[in-house]
Amino acid sequence: MRRREAPRRRFGDAAHRSSGRLRRRERLTVIANDAVGPYSLIRVERGGLEPGRPGQFFMLEAPGRPLPRAMSLCQAPAGQLTFLLEAVGPGTRALAAVQPGEEIQVFGPLGNGFRLQVERPLLVGGGIGVAPLPYLSQQLGGPPAILGFRSEWHAEAAALVPNAQVVVEPTLVTELLTEGHDVLACGPEPMLEAVRELAPRAQLAWEAPMACGYGACYGCSVEIEGVLQRLCVAGPVLEAA
Amino acid sequence: MILNASGCLDALEAPEVARGLDAFVTKTVTPQPREGNRPVRIAETEVGMLNSIGLENPGIDGLLSDKLPRLAELGLPLWVSVGGFAASDYAEICAALDDRAEVTTIELNLSCPNVDEAPESAAEIVAAARPETRKPLYAKLSPAATDLPETARAVQSAGADGLSLVNTMRGLALEEKTLQPRLGHELGGYSGQGLKPIALAAVYQCYRATGLPIVGMGGITSGRDALEFLAAGARAVALGTILFADPEAPGRVRRELAEELDARGLAGTEAATGLAHSRGPVHVA
Repeated sequence: MRRREAPRRRFGDAAHRSSGRLRRRERLTVIANDAVGPYSLIRVERGGLEPGRPGQFFMLEAPGRPLPRAMSLCQAPAGQLTFLLEAVGPGTRALAAVQPGEEIQVFGPLGNGFRLQVERPLLVGGGIGVAPLPYLSQQLGGPPAILGFRSEWHAEAAALVPNAQVVVEPTLVTELLTEGHDVLACGPEPMLEAVRELAPRAQLAWEAPMACGYGACYGCSVEIEGVLQRLCVAGPVLEAA
Repeated sequence: MILNASGCLDALEAPEVARGLDAFVTKTVTPQPREGNRPVRIAETEVGMLNSIGLENPGIDGLLSDKLPRLAELGLPLWVSVGGFAASDYAEICAALDDRAEVTTIELNLSCPNVDEAPESAAEIVAAARPETRKPLYAKLSPAATDLPETARAVQSAGADGLSLVNTMRGLALEEKTLQPRLGHELGGYSGQGLKPIALAAVYQCYRATGLPIVGMGGITSGRDALEFLAAGARAVALGTILFADPEAPGRVRRELAEELDARGLAGTEAATGLAHSRGPVHVA
């Protein structure tokens, strides 16, 4: 069997859980689609959408595909929303190909974001997991960050996050982690597992394939506190513990 | 009349979406709670998607004590989708639902591709459920049946009041690079636009075979699609996969359908039902 042992996860406290009722769906105009290393930074007009809390996500229409794709908000400049994505499959490839002037449906904000009431924040990101950190950094006043990438080219995305220390494989972010911080992390599952071992109170942003993003499809269920639960409703940000 | 396909909407998480429907159909309930299948549970394909949720549900007790009272607050007619692993499971749940005023209709899910099906035939299950409830019973059938019109006639004889056509069909998707199954459960149920011609044929044939009221579903994304299902013989339509991409689909499809009916001078959905058969009998199946 291909199964790995399910990661241990648990709910955060209720304080940072979003009402979920700010969400709207609108057709938004693409303003820019810029390469950041191998990634695409897509900038859309904000329309009537709320940016929500860092770590929350939006469902973006992937032109020509049956299903939208879940993307956490990267930045929320005035009147705009930006999303950083990596073209790894048909949906993200379609999104990476959008041109300024095109319109795409955007639905959100969805899910539960990071709890921002932390004393000594430290952001940790790996690869495309850097995506929600620019907005998170802005909301937290530019705390220190540790970012890991698989190459110097990928590491160009580190420019989006202020106060970042950058490591490139084979060096891992966990080698720079020190105690005494409130860790807020997003990245590949093995990185989140490793961060949790070192920072048991970390807030971790997980990922799972989603069809809908709003609890309808039951597709994104992952094991949380030993029970399969929908990540879009229970997460995507969960307390480590 | 526009419904959701069972398992394609959580009305408690998205009441604003459910309120765009004429009735809400619950996710299939089984006698015992079920956690569902291990991830990965969904895989997009070129024209549609696969799911292998595996009937995740709180069990009939959880539905009756917790979810049903909250669903009733939506103020929508409620259909409960019932599943099981033996005819007696279906009968037991129908009996438990019979005196629940919140429930208007029971849909028997006789065709989930993600779990082992009951050993009994669809007709035997309907026959077991029928004496347990006075509520209307709709039989949800798979388009993969060898002789679907015959199955439809059999469930009609066993006491079904209507048909829900169609459920998903079994499918497989492989990883681009590794060529391994993308779903944790390997096979899943295929849904979305690719299913539409198959579902239309099922509605068309079963309308001929039984004359029963039919809820048509399978790849409906627009008012035009809905109109085609009505013309094939459906009295109502249900939205499934499109709800994932477009939570505003209920209102949109309703508007588009009204325009389609208007453009043809049809007074309402009833006037469209069965129109595809108006040239007289054509032998099918």
